Amino acid sequence: MSSLRSITLATLTKDIRLEWRSRDAINSMLFFSLLVVVIFSFSFDPNAEESREIAGGLIWVAFLFAAVVALNQTWARELRNQVLDAYRVSPAPANALFLAKALGNFILVSVLEALMAPLFMIFYNLRALGPAWQLIPVAILGTWALVVNGTFFAAMSLRTRSREIMLPLLLFPISIPAVQSMVEATRIILAGDASARFWIVLLLTYDVVFTTACLALFETILQAE
Amino acid sequence: MKRALTILAVFTALLLAYAFYEAIWVAPMERTMGDVQRIFYYHVPSAWTAFLLFTVNLVASVVYLIERSPKADAVALVSAEVGVVFCTVVLVTGPIWARPVWGIWWTWDLRLTLTLVLWLIYVSYLVLRRFSDSSQTPKLAAVLAIFGALDVPLVYFSIWFFRTQHPQPVIGGGGSIDPRMLHVLLMNWLAFSCFAVVVCWWRYRLEMLQRAVDEAESLESLMGVPQ
Repeated sequence: MSSLRSITLATLTKDIRLEWRSRDAINSMLFFSLLVVVIFSFSFDPNAEESREIAGGLIWVAFLFAAVVALNQTWARELRNQVLDAYRVSPAPANALFLAKALGNFILVSVLEALMAPLFMIFYNLRALGPAWQLIPVAILGTWALVVNGTFFAAMSLRTRSREIMLPLLLFPISIPAVQSMVEATRIILAGDASARFWIVLLLTYDVVFTTACLALFETILQAE
Repeated sequence: MKRALTILAVFTALLLAYAFYEAIWVAPMERTMGDVQRIFYYHVPSAWTAFLLFTVNLVASVVYLIERSPKADAVALVSAEVGVVFCTVVLVTGPIWARPVWGIWWTWDLRLTLTLVLWLIYVSYLVLRRFSDSSQTPKLAAVLAIFGALDVPLVYFSIWFFRTQHPQPVIGGGGSIDPRMLHVLLMNWLAFSCFAVVVCWWRYRLEMLQRAVDEAESLESLMGVPQ
């Protein structure tokens, strides 16, 4: 257990330090989601009432696309210099690597969300009519739902041709219930017309089910070569 | 084996012809919908067959992950391919019926959406198999099949709740069915299931032959055939 924790922490700090020094992924994600915000707002030109209805969808679709940018980079660093092969022959638990990568992506996407959410609020004149604090669990659970499967499928698509395009093709169909839950929960909270509890519970279920599945099957994927 | 397959194929052809005759001429005309209702005898059996094949795919994938048997992998591949074809038939015949009866081609109703999402998941499964050309394809595909199966109940609940929130145009749910119609429906389902078994069986033989050929070819190139 302690080796799982120490290896997870070591890999996570290494990844964060590398990202902090280059800031490649976060900068490209920020710029990308900024472009999505601007293009969406030109395409729909909504008033305050309409934007409350559609903002949940816009925000999460923008974050989903931006997350794919980060997720595609997840394993690229480990492929160079055969780091992944070295990891495979080492006695370190495979799940430590997976957890470190998933947590790293989670932190990256969360930072993106924290920076972009205020911008969304400004551009779309948003003000939550429901309990706004509920957006925090929705964001945390929703982000984890995207990155846990995203990290897993990114590892799967390492073994395929044109892997950059494979990731969304695998990730999006499986993520449909998660995306629907995030969008609906956000819409309900912004419009304040009902309780978002069902969607938060569904997101939590999705997270528990797929985190378990990823941890159970990651070893198989890592050893597949 | 080959003889059994031929006999089954002939039997299926006869059964399909008989089921067609029953569906078009014998089954009574539906009172409000008229003849367009007869598409029901193709739509529903295709849906049942597709769901059956997707279940076979899941079982074969789990068996593959446990036993690593190439046969289980071939069964998984074949059932997913034929299942996607049947699911496509469902998604195409549905709107053809819905347009005159509901007045719309498509609605985001529970069953429609679930079928569409299932179709998307299995298409992505086939895309993965096509794009991955290492010897590890079966393992990756089996893992994806399990993820897809875990997703289905979650999709079901998300749409179920969504639908109860936003009522959709009434569909012909509930209600009773004329016993003669039920007979024709079951006859068609039997015919379609046999058809699916024949196609899967044939495809399975083809897949195994293809693998044997690939193996022989790579063996040959390893041996170094003299120029």
